[in-house]
Amino acid sequence: MVKFDILKHELVPKFTILSKEEVEALRQTYGIRKEHLPWIRKSDPICKVLGAKPGDVLKIERNSEVAGKSIAYRYVVPG
Amino acid sequence: MADKKAKTKAEKEDPKLTLINNLLSGYVDKLPESLITELREKLYKLELNEEQMRKIVEEVNKAYIRALVEPGEAAGTVAAQSVGEPGTQMTLRTFHYAGVRELNVTLGLPRLIEIVDARRTPSTPTMTIRLDDEHKYSLEKAKEVASRIERIAIENIAKSIEYDMVNSSFIIEIDEEIAQDKGIELEYVARALERLKVGNVEIEGNNIIITPTTTSPDKIKRLRERILDLRLKGIKGIKRVLVQKEGDEYVLHTDGSNLSAVLQVKGIDPHKVYTNNISEIAEVLGIEAARSAIIKEAFQVLDQQGLDVDMRHVILIADLMTCTGKIRQIGRHGVSGEKSSVLARAAFEVTVKHLLDAASHGEEDALEGVTENVIVGQSIPLGTGVVELFMRFPKEGA
Repeated sequence: MVKFDILKHELVPKFTILSKEEVEALRQTYGIRKEHLPWIRKSDPICKVLGAKPGDVLKIERNSEVAGKSIAYRYVVPG
Repeated sequence: MADKKAKTKAEKEDPKLTLINNLLSGYVDKLPESLITELREKLYKLELNEEQMRKIVEEVNKAYIRALVEPGEAAGTVAAQSVGEPGTQMTLRTFHYAGVRELNVTLGLPRLIEIVDARRTPSTPTMTIRLDDEHKYSLEKAKEVASRIERIAIENIAKSIEYDMVNSSFIIEIDEEIAQDKGIELEYVARALERLKVGNVEIEGNNIIITPTTTSPDKIKRLRERILDLRLKGIKGIKRVLVQKEGDEYVLHTDGSNLSAVLQVKGIDPHKVYTNNISEIAEVLGIEAARSAIIKEAFQVLDQQGLDVDMRHVILIADLMTCTGKIRQIGRHGVSGEKSSVLARAAFEVTVKHLLDAASHGEEDALEGVTENVIVGQSIPLGTGVVELFMRFPKEGA
C-alpha cells in the first residue's frame, strides 16, 4: 500500500518555509508588510506537516497552466 | 536537478543551444517559464545569428511588459464581467454529465453558483479515485477495491422489513443473491445488528428476527429507520461506486464523497484522489489545494458549456476566495459582506440596516474603496485615480 503523504498529492504544490533573510528580501522587493501577503492558517494541514508557526512565510511553487511555473507566498496566521 | 544535468550534456553537443540558453539565462526572473521554453524552441528552429536572436528576445521581453496588467487596472471588475457575461449564456437546466454513465453530476450555472457560494457540500458530491499499480490493470482487483469503498446498509441487501405486531419483533428478509454478490454473510449482518444493542437477534433461514426491548410505537418507528440505515461495509457517505476503464487502467467514480476516509483505503493511489467537494479538500489537503480545486472545477464548468473564458479571471476569483486562509464565498457572508467600508456594504444589500448599525456604533469610513467614493461623488481610486501624493517634510535642521 502506498503511504499517503499530503505533500505529494497532485493538488498540493511545493511548499518551503522562508528564512528570515529571505522574508526581508521579499518585503524589500515588493515594499509590503508580511500581513499584505495572502494568508494560510496555522491549523492548515500543510502548516501542521511543515511545522510552520504564525509569523512564518511560506513560498509556494505552483504549476500554473498559464505561466508554466509561478511563485506565490502565504503568511502563516494563527487560527 | 536531473533536468539540468541532462541539459548540460545536450549543450556540449550543440553550441547553438548553449548560445540560446546563455541569451535566455538573463531573463529567467523576468519572463514566465512557459515563455522561456517557447522562445528556446522557436529560436532553435530559426537560422539566425546571435545579434538577431538577442533582438528577438529583447522584443519579446518588451511585449511581455506591455501585456502586463497596469497598476490601477480594475482587474476584479474585468474578471467579474468576463465570467458573468458568458454565465448568462449558460442554460439554467441542470445538465447531466455524459462522461460517466449512470452518475449525475450538477453542471452549468447551478454548479458555478455552488462553487462561488462556497457551499459546504455540493448537491452532487462525487469522487474520482485512481488505483495503485497492483489494482489498476485488472477489473477483478478494481472491483475488490470498489467493494471496500461502497457503503452497504441493511436496506441495500434486504428484500423486506416488517414489524410483527403479535411477537413484537422485526422480520428482515435478506436477499441472498445480492448479499452474496456484495460478499456479506448472514451471520455478519446478525452480529452487526447485535452491536446496535436494541434487543435479541436471531437467524431463521433467510430471515433475521430482532425482538426489540421496547414496544412503544414511536420508538419502533425510529428503530426501523436505524436498522435500515445500519452500515455493514464500506465508507460513510459513499452511496455507489462505478468502475470505469479509462485508457488501459480502471478508475473508480463514486456517488458521494468522503476524502479523509477514502485516503485510508488499501489499493488506491492516495496522491491522485479527487473530489468535487471543495471544503473537504480544504480540510484535508489545505487551502492551496482548495485553490487549485476551485480553479479546476470552475474552469471545467465554463469549458464544458463551450464558453471561452480566460483562465486568469477564474484564477483571480479563486485567489480572492482563499486569500484569508479559509474559503470565503463571493457574497453576503464572504467577500462582499466583510468589506471594511460601511457605504460599500450598504450599497450591496440591506442598505438601511448597515447604515443604522454603523451609526449606532459610531463607525468611520476612510473612503478608500471604489463604491464609497462613487457614492460621495469623488474620483475613484482606479486607473489614474490610484495615485496619491505624499509629502515628506524635511527633518529639523536639514
